[in-house]
Amino acid sequence: MTTYILRRLIQGIFILMIITTVSFGLTRMASDPMAQYTLGRISSEDRARIRKNLGLDQPIPVQYFKWLSLAVRGDFGYSITNRQPVSELIMQRLPQTLVLMVTAEVVIIILSALLGIYSAVKQYSLFDNVLTGLSFVGFSLPIFFIALTLMFIFAVQFKEWGLPYLPTGADVWKFTDLSELVTHLILPVASLAIIQVAGYTRYLRSSMLEVLSQDYIRTARAKGLIERAVVVRHALRNAALPLVTLIGLDAPALLAGAIVTETVYSWPGMGRLFWQQAGRGDYPTVMAILLIVATAVVVFQILTDIAYTVVDPRIRLS
Amino acid sequence: MSQVSDSIKPHLTFDTAAAEALAAPLSPGQLAWRRFKRHRMAVVGSLGLIVMMIFIITGSFFYTEKYSNFNDPANRLAAPAPDHYFGTDSTGRDLFARIIYGGQISLIIGVSSVALALLLGITIGGLAGYYSGWVDAILMRFTEAALSIPSLFLLIILGKLFGSEIPTMKLLGRTFSGSVIVVILVIGLTSWMYLARIVRANILSLREMDYIAASRALGVSNLRILVQHLIPNTIAPIIVAATLGLANAIISEAYVSFLGLGVQPPTASWGNLMDQSISLIQRGVWWMWLFPSLFIVLTILFTNFVGDGLRDALDPRRKV
Repeated sequence: MTTYILRRLIQGIFILMIITTVSFGLTRMASDPMAQYTLGRISSEDRARIRKNLGLDQPIPVQYFKWLSLAVRGDFGYSITNRQPVSELIMQRLPQTLVLMVTAEVVIIILSALLGIYSAVKQYSLFDNVLTGLSFVGFSLPIFFIALTLMFIFAVQFKEWGLPYLPTGADVWKFTDLSELVTHLILPVASLAIIQVAGYTRYLRSSMLEVLSQDYIRTARAKGLIERAVVVRHALRNAALPLVTLIGLDAPALLAGAIVTETVYSWPGMGRLFWQQAGRGDYPTVMAILLIVATAVVVFQILTDIAYTVVDPRIRLS
Repeated sequence: MSQVSDSIKPHLTFDTAAAEALAAPLSPGQLAWRRFKRHRMAVVGSLGLIVMMIFIITGSFFYTEKYSNFNDPANRLAAPAPDHYFGTDSTGRDLFARIIYGGQISLIIGVSSVALALLLGITIGGLAGYYSGWVDAILMRFTEAALSIPSLFLLIILGKLFGSEIPTMKLLGRTFSGSVIVVILVIGLTSWMYLARIVRANILSLREMDYIAASRALGVSNLRILVQHLIPNTIAPIIVAATLGLANAIISEAYVSFLGLGVQPPTASWGNLMDQSISLIQRGVWWMWLFPSLFIVLTILFTNFVGDGLRDALDPRRKV
């Protein structure tokens, strides 16, 4: 077990090295951070001096190792466009992203558990058939379609019809007012939830069906357990295992936020920050976000693998 | 004579099941086709895709591309009406015509980027699976690295990398924005990873089989074993992954174009038809995102149906 974890950790570090090398190279080649100085107000000597001060005159591999040696110590440097420490910039956005994503994830897990279990228990009922069809459609919907449709109906049309409507954007609002926070959260959370719920429900339904047909479930029923105990305590425990892994692997992406949802609802989160700063060639910010996300993905992968052996003794790591 | 034929008739309606059992056995391809035909949603999906293709192709006989790019500022943001079925956009271009031409671009991007992803995925997965050892270790770590970044992030970085200055190009007498090529490259380069894993896993199990050992004993070269024996035998999961990949490629195109990093106007694509819709939605403009989205959603849905059907049909363990 210890050797396994050690080996996975070394592999993880190797993977992170590949990610940072490639994405640093790509980001630096993709856009010139000096582009913002070409407004004609700056002489060419000043340009050269700024370039030198920012270290942009050195070869990209040298820049990479300088960046890496600071980044591993937690120093992500200064944003090139905002002249603010990157860590500060990210800490401003991280809480907003987490509020959105944790709420969405809670809604997703509760809804998919309820729908998945119910539709497996009532297999081939009207509810199950409708839900299976809907989840196939929901799974195929692009998020911008859902986000724009919800926004159009509940924000734009409701306002026009004189009904209580929901806000479209979240750019200017305060965290302190809970009711305001909730009204701003409804639409983005719903947009994020629909696709995921559709996917997870399908998954849980089929794994529940598989478990429910096994012998130990029949034994549980035969010894006179009430149906609820059979479903929740015996079946769900085993059926939820693969879903837990799936959520564990999807969860780190939440850190990065959802670029499209945050853009549509102008939610000031990390995803939108990434999109904006990538467009401006702000490589310190872009690299910091990438490194955080990639580290989270790698760590969660290892944790999920380990957790799996704990909850399911049939699996041996080697 | 008629009496004779009447008395013979009952003998002609013999047990069809027995007859089928006696008939020549069907080839795996025929069996797969039969399973596919029984998959109702797959048939609906294929028909839907065919109708979509016919609409997109024949549409260009009714509307010229020039018309689809024609700005008519006096008529901007017109709601759907008989002279503009789907309304007009913010510069007065007819959305119905743009959906026809945008569909051609979106499908070209989808198919080409899947082809690129297939090339990369099969090559990388094939090499990793066949040579194992350090080749496998390096290629698979590289694949995992690519999988560890959410794909939209990769799409944005790559879109920026290639998208800075794009000349227009001419093909088949039509002018395209060069960004079409950029989007194909970007999507192809970010979607080969699952394919590589599938191909690798399949080849790992196939290469231990006796017929591969026999080929080796006969002195067949490694390349030939890989290309002629191993990859063709893993074609079923490749076809399924490619079909589902087409749906993903069309979504990815829509995402990057929606975020303004994809296909650049005046060339239309289903994604970039919507790129201004967020700011216009407040003004009650619903046709600019609803129609392109519907076409995207239907295409993805049909493609996923077909993919699902193919998965069932190509799995030899399933009985007809």
